[in-house]
Amino acid sequence: MNVLSAKGLRKSYDDNEVVRGVDLEVAKGECFGLLGPNGAGKTTTLRLCLGLTEPGAGEIELLGEPVPARAREARAKVGVVPQFDNLDPDFTVTENLLVYSRYFGLPAHAIQARIPGLLEFAGLSGRGDSRINTLSGGMKRRLTLARALVNDPQLLFMDEPTTGLDPQARHLIWERLRRLAQEGKTLVLTTHFMEEAERLCNRLAIMDKGLIIAQGSPRALVAEHIEPQVVEVHGAGHEAWAEKARSLCPRVEFAGDTVFCYATDVKPILESLAGQSELLYMHRAASLEDVFLKLTGRDLRD
Amino acid sequence: MNRYAPPNLSLRWIPVWRRNALVWQRLAIPSILGNLADPLIMLFGLGYGLGAMIGNFQGTTYFAWLAAGFVATSSMYAATFESLYSAFSRMHVQRTWDAIVNAPVTLDDVLAGEYAWAATKSLAAGGCMLIVVSLFGYAKFPWVFAALPVIVLIGLAFAALGLAINALAHGYDFFSYYMTLVLTPMMMLSGVFFPVDRMPEVVQLGAKALPLYHGVAIIRPLLAGEIAPGAWVHVAVLALYAVAGFYLATVLTRRRLLK
Repeated sequence: MNVLSAKGLRKSYDDNEVVRGVDLEVAKGECFGLLGPNGAGKTTTLRLCLGLTEPGAGEIELLGEPVPARAREARAKVGVVPQFDNLDPDFTVTENLLVYSRYFGLPAHAIQARIPGLLEFAGLSGRGDSRINTLSGGMKRRLTLARALVNDPQLLFMDEPTTGLDPQARHLIWERLRRLAQEGKTLVLTTHFMEEAERLCNRLAIMDKGLIIAQGSPRALVAEHIEPQVVEVHGAGHEAWAEKARSLCPRVEFAGDTVFCYATDVKPILESLAGQSELLYMHRAASLEDVFLKLTGRDLRD
Repeated sequence: MNRYAPPNLSLRWIPVWRRNALVWQRLAIPSILGNLADPLIMLFGLGYGLGAMIGNFQGTTYFAWLAAGFVATSSMYAATFESLYSAFSRMHVQRTWDAIVNAPVTLDDVLAGEYAWAATKSLAAGGCMLIVVSLFGYAKFPWVFAALPVIVLIGLAFAALGLAINALAHGYDFFSYYMTLVLTPMMMLSGVFFPVDRMPEVVQLGAKALPLYHGVAIIRPLLAGEIAPGAWVHVAVLALYAVAGFYLATVLTRRRLLK
């Protein structure tokens, strides 16, 4: 059963079409990732799904409610973790949860009963009376996640949930998200961290320039779009060597001072490198990042 | 949804109002003192200082005459500060509104909560002025209580205008134009410091289009124990500002945030 489906979504700002015909289907209990470079249209797609902005064209159904017509009813069953922290700095940790629950029309006794569990989930037990500005970045993110759970939502939207966090804080968020997935909640997240997408998501859609350009499980995307082995080569004379490498492997790419050779069988490449002491190389398995760069290009997106 | 559709409201504006009230609870005393200090200093300085030179004025003392004007003015400023600086902080700086609209609350509900809240601040400020004026014996009972709903109406009118200006702002600096170029002249033209009929007739006509003029025109007679002639016209003009201004604020804020 689909908890979210969108067909033919389009959205323009002035003359700039930022979402250009997106189709999405998210099944119950899935962790679905929307992956793309900055400006790909990920955040706009989420805003459209929540009914926070009107689509130029297309249809959306969220938890059985047509959006934006019944977006308010749909949002009552959804949690949102926004890209930028917008916890209420005037309140303590507990007050943030309490005040936010009122926006869902929850009675005070219902939320009071849930607050200890939410604080435990956020790793903030004992910090209920702390002010927001005394929390670390990771604590704020976890509290934002807990705040998104005040209404016990069926579906959670997260816009870049771990951007700006250190590795320790990021791993803790991932652990919590997996816990939610095990409880049967559906997760929809945007990210540009391949590692995050690979670890968390059952299914991914890669988005670029307002379009979904590939979809599938992380493993299937790698298998489908890219050769399984990569050799990265850099050092003096790498350009001259690359000319030779073209005959040894099906695809050679340049990025800065590095040559990327993609192949199923890398033996001839490694043999050719054996005699070249001035070249430094690394041989590894192809990853989602290689797929991403192949599909969206290596140009900077600022 | 059409950007020009009438506000789509539900009772979810109440938790938005309660959010602001919870923040204010802790700061209530300093906030009220801050709201009172400025008008009281002006009132005492001008009321006693200038009043001593003027003597008897329009059948009363200048202090009593001026005090009624300041009840309306402090209501105007309280709603304005709340709907400009405070609302802008919540909308743009702290992104509080962004968080709220992710819940089942519409942007229109958020605006309505802010609108009602700014009027509440007006009531607090204007009500405190009324208490001071009453303590000095310049307000007739029970008429003074009839001034309370008028203060709320002044608050709604200026909250609506403030929220419309807020929707156009890109920084706090923008608000000083509105304060200096709109509100200060309005205070001069609305019969707060001197009677409107001393001004040239063209200016008088302009003054009668200003919401503060109508607020002062109801409150001053009320404090003296009378109902202003044509009071319903004054109420109607204030209500028009409150309703049309809120519609304008809704359209402008949708244009800004529902992109």
